[in-house]
Amino acid sequence: MLNPKLKLSEKIFGSDCEMQTTRLGFGEGLLEAGKLEKNVVALSADLTESTHCHKFAKEFPERFIQCGVAEQNMASVAAGLAVSGKIPFIASYATFSPGKNWETVRTTIVYNDANVKIAGHHSGIVTGPDGATHQATEDIAIMRALPNVTIFIPCDSNQAKKATLAASKIKGPVYIRFTRDKTAVMTSEKTPFEPGKIDVYWETESPEATIFATGYMLYHALLAAKQLKEEKIDVEVVNVSTIKLLDVEAVVNMVNKSGAAVTVEDHQVMGGLGGAISETLAKHKPTPIEFIGLQDTFAESGKPQELLEKYKMDKGAIAAAVKKVIARKTS
Amino acid sequence: MKDLDEDKIRDLERKANKIRQMIIEMLAEAKSGHSAGPLGMADIFSAFYFHILNHEPKKPDSDDRDRLVLSNGHICPVRYAAMALAGYFPQEELMTLRKINSRLQGHPHRSALPGVETTSGPLGEGLSQSIGMAIAAKMDGKTHRIYCIASDGEHQEGNTWEALMLAPKYKLDNLTLILDRNNIQIDGDTENVMPLEPVVSKYRSFGWETIEVDGHNIRAFVDAISQAQATHNKPTAVVAHIIPGKGVSYMENNYLWHGNPPGIADVAGAPSKDEQVKVALSDLKKIEEELN
Repeated sequence: MLNPKLKLSEKIFGSDCEMQTTRLGFGEGLLEAGKLEKNVVALSADLTESTHCHKFAKEFPERFIQCGVAEQNMASVAAGLAVSGKIPFIASYATFSPGKNWETVRTTIVYNDANVKIAGHHSGIVTGPDGATHQATEDIAIMRALPNVTIFIPCDSNQAKKATLAASKIKGPVYIRFTRDKTAVMTSEKTPFEPGKIDVYWETESPEATIFATGYMLYHALLAAKQLKEEKIDVEVVNVSTIKLLDVEAVVNMVNKSGAAVTVEDHQVMGGLGGAISETLAKHKPTPIEFIGLQDTFAESGKPQELLEKYKMDKGAIAAAVKKVIARKTS
Repeated sequence: MKDLDEDKIRDLERKANKIRQMIIEMLAEAKSGHSAGPLGMADIFSAFYFHILNHEPKKPDSDDRDRLVLSNGHICPVRYAAMALAGYFPQEELMTLRKINSRLQGHPHRSALPGVETTSGPLGEGLSQSIGMAIAAKMDGKTHRIYCIASDGEHQEGNTWEALMLAPKYKLDNLTLILDRNNIQIDGDTENVMPLEPVVSKYRSFGWETIEVDGHNIRAFVDAISQAQATHNKPTAVVAHIIPGKGVSYMENNYLWHGNPPGIADVAGAPSKDEQVKVALSDLKKIEEELN
């Protein structure tokens, strides 16, 4: 059942489940961060409205820098602002930032220890009709590989706002991942967001497997858990909203209880959440794991739900992965 | 900036010569690193650290300091030598260049050594960072200046042109770009690898006030910086013509010395490797005597 302590939305499983974009949450969080802290500045590379920086730009025109279609420049200008005491947020599509400008991010922001927040939008195949060029499906992997970076992947619009605000208060580079399309709103304004904490969203007394989900895919994992319960299979679903630093102790404790893991993400199965969980468990608690995500392939244009089905990332695929991993458990 | 008299110019030239000797000694000890670029820029670094910059070596994080950003990080031996001579850190530390546990990384790292301003080495990123610093200074109503040194080779990076477009847009008259125009890069002469000329008209067409100087004429260079300081509503680019390897006879204008330290390999037109360090220091000592 849904964890009552988290004060989640009561409409999650209803046909009236609220749908909203995480980029909207980013825009609201950025605006609020700007109101709270005068050193917060925002930079855009010609995608101001699409990345929801426009409200900040309107409220604080003197603290908004339009860099044009130049993501490397945006990242390194932000680094210069940060070492001068500003708290810059740079926003673009994640395939371009931190994709196209990755080395600039590595050198001038991360290695340089510049207090820059990188907002990567249009992540995952859920970006849909734009096609694989605009669907960022490797961004977690390329950012995870860098030392000294915090990575947030908010599960919905409310959490996106909280993660954006939290990022503004962290000293050091932060990567935050957002999606284009409206996705299910699972949390409420009262749901806590604590950086680094893995929350149990669907709990059960004796889980047969733990589903580690990140981003909006948490919703599909919850749908799978509900379906599995009807089939008398009990699982636990947790929201990994901070991929780095990963709460290793929590991951191990959860798997100690369940003995099996399924990772669920809209990203390549290599190097993202699947990579993070499997590296952790291989070291601390070798465990059967199944991986839901893109299986070493690019996706294509299509509607989000069509793509999730075709690339075996929908609730049916998640439920099948759970059954498979339970069958792999040794006594 | 104070006025320059002949004595002061002579003093800056002597310091440039001292910096060149320190560069040779550092590279000989490190057995690794770049030679021609650092030697070429010694006059300009002497002018910056001992005349132009408003800075306090003992307070490298002071808010109001002028920022000197080195975009072409591979010439950092010249910066390290100038900083040590200015009192940022003990001169003995220069001998740790490129060695384990050193603050003097092979390419400069901001967090390792206070005063280097940016981490650099990957090319084409310094001007953008300087723009960020210049915008931040304008936002905060600060009057310090930002100087960015960039190489001609790194003008082949697209990021450099992205930055060249952005600075005039924001009318950053607190920003000055110094082009280290030494015409060499690893693969050969810059104009053969990728023509940059006519660079002066390129800068002007992008909206930069542009001044061309002999980068070894300290008075001319300081005058160009004064002109940049007096320019309003747009950034200034100073195209400084530089002789790579300046002061060491066998290195001057030879691109083979872009990425090699003296004393490691036999190079066409140079003394045998065992003689290279000695000849380089002897060349520089002769210049030192002429300056005294």
